[in-house]
Amino acid sequence: MKLNKTGEAGAAESGDILVTVAPSEEPGIQIELSGKSVILKQFGRQIRELIQKTAEENGLENARICAKDNGALDCTIKARVRAAIQRAV
Amino acid sequence: MKNILGRDIPDYIEGYGQVRPFKGAYASIDPRTRTTITRRSVRPGNKLEPGEAKLLASIEEAVEKTGLRDGMTVSFHHHLRNGDYVTNMVMKVIAEKGIKDIHVAATGIFACHEPLVEYIKSGVITGMSVNYISPGPVAKAITKGLLPKPAVFRSHGGRPRAVEAGDLHVDVAFIAAPCCDNYGNINGTHGKSACGVLSYIYPDAQYADHVVAVTDNLVPYPACPIEITQDFVDYVVTVDSIGDPNGIVSGTTKVTSDPIGLKIAAAAAELIDETGYIKEGMSCQTGAGGTSLAVAAEIKKRMQAKGVVGSFGAGGITAYFVEMLNEGLFRALFDVQDFDLVSVASAGSNPKHMAMSGSLYGNPHNCGPVVNNLDIMILGATEIDTDFNVNVITGSDGTIMGASGGHNDTAAGSKISIVVTNLLKGRLCVLRDKVTTVTSPGETIDALVTDRGIAINPRRTDLLEKLKDSRLPIMDISKLKEIGDKLAGKPDSIEFTDKIVGVVEYRDGTVIDVVRQPK
Repeated sequence: MKLNKTGEAGAAESGDILVTVAPSEEPGIQIELSGKSVILKQFGRQIRELIQKTAEENGLENARICAKDNGALDCTIKARVRAAIQRAV
Repeated sequence: MKNILGRDIPDYIEGYGQVRPFKGAYASIDPRTRTTITRRSVRPGNKLEPGEAKLLASIEEAVEKTGLRDGMTVSFHHHLRNGDYVTNMVMKVIAEKGIKDIHVAATGIFACHEPLVEYIKSGVITGMSVNYISPGPVAKAITKGLLPKPAVFRSHGGRPRAVEAGDLHVDVAFIAAPCCDNYGNINGTHGKSACGVLSYIYPDAQYADHVVAVTDNLVPYPACPIEITQDFVDYVVTVDSIGDPNGIVSGTTKVTSDPIGLKIAAAAAELIDETGYIKEGMSCQTGAGGTSLAVAAEIKKRMQAKGVVGSFGAGGITAYFVEMLNEGLFRALFDVQDFDLVSVASAGSNPKHMAMSGSLYGNPHNCGPVVNNLDIMILGATEIDTDFNVNVITGSDGTIMGASGGHNDTAAGSKISIVVTNLLKGRLCVLRDKVTTVTSPGETIDALVTDRGIAINPRRTDLLEKLKDSRLPIMDISKLKEIGDKLAGKPDSIEFTDKIVGVVEYRDGTVIDVVRQPK
């Protein structure tokens, strides 16, 4: 899937995640994840993996994904990544 | 060594000493000897010469007169909360005089105490003990292991126990005094920095070697009313201001409007009602948080509907409890600190609104603290495990963000102790296999009420029997944990170093857990 522009979904609210997907020259998917350290220490690895998996499932090849987490559950993260990708096409 | 809760604790901790391991909530109630102290005598004036004056010109003079030197313990209290100037003011003088290796025994530490971090770094402060700490710079410094000796965490009842027993010997106690006369009679309810009762510092007034009152409101002798009497006070120092009024009150303490909090509160009140605790003469304590107050509001409705009058409300007092007192729902209040101006005014004027010392509140080694008379206790929790052990000290990443306060005292004393909390906080499930730090042992926690279900401690077969036909969503605590884990996912475990940055004493002085520095 080719991205033409930047797509954003989600919010900075508690329980949500703000995901920005942008086209990239470099091969592969680069994920930049930020959020509360108490959550990242315990769930950072899993959130990263979920974003990667969701991006791949949606046919993303080269992209930069910036995710600002504020305690979102997996279902929310998945939905936000998908929506951001669709808005970036 | 592992204590009976399976917590890994060394027999000896450098900077703390020999460990007395926790052996159960009610294991240590044998008679105790109290410490003796030496106090100076203050001469009267007579016809030939004047008596000794207590009024000093400055904090510096008080530091000199009390003989404050390297290695001593100084104590402070936190009734001025996040508006306290006294702790910083005194520590600044101590630092400027080049005094080192001080143990700061503060009943509470807030964000406003940030200057202490510099004194920790420079070796002025090498040890601390607290019963309450809010997330902030000092908590961070302790987590990072900047203190050479581990911080000691005690409860509101455990601290006076330690002071009376001589476990915590205070060389000089500094009392922030909103109203004081020139001979050291003090109250906390009058003056521009009025903060309410000064309960947590009474034991220090009685057991410290030297007691200094610091006031911004010197009144003609005698101060009236008197909360701490002159026979316990060596010196009086006047300063421009002891506190920032904006920080003294914790903002308005209100019943939550969050629908999840209200749902939890309604379920907790229903549980209390179904187990028969809403009755004539009942007593009740809640925290000052929005959900806790919502439980109080629900309890109030049920008291009114049944036409019952309670015996007392207790603990840190909010406008909500004052209102219940004034409406005749309680016959009296026992007060250890006041969270808002309505409570401060009530404490200073209503004889039914009574101050209680920290020892009277929760000390297990006296002839019976008020927590022993408490029926209903509503508690919070940062984490709770499937054995009902509660953590209110560290976040699940090991960062220090609180302390027991009255948690383990009230949990042990009350007839029914109920933890109310959202099951998920952000994406963190409150229910864990093992809590990061144990503050209150599971044997003292009777129920957990969350937005997604209720768990009753299986030790309380009497409650389970009363609730067997209940329509409340009661389930096994492991089932409730499964619900949480399914939503949040299993967290990766946090790694800790071997360095012990905090020692957690149970109210009886045994060590219930330690806090290790997170990696």
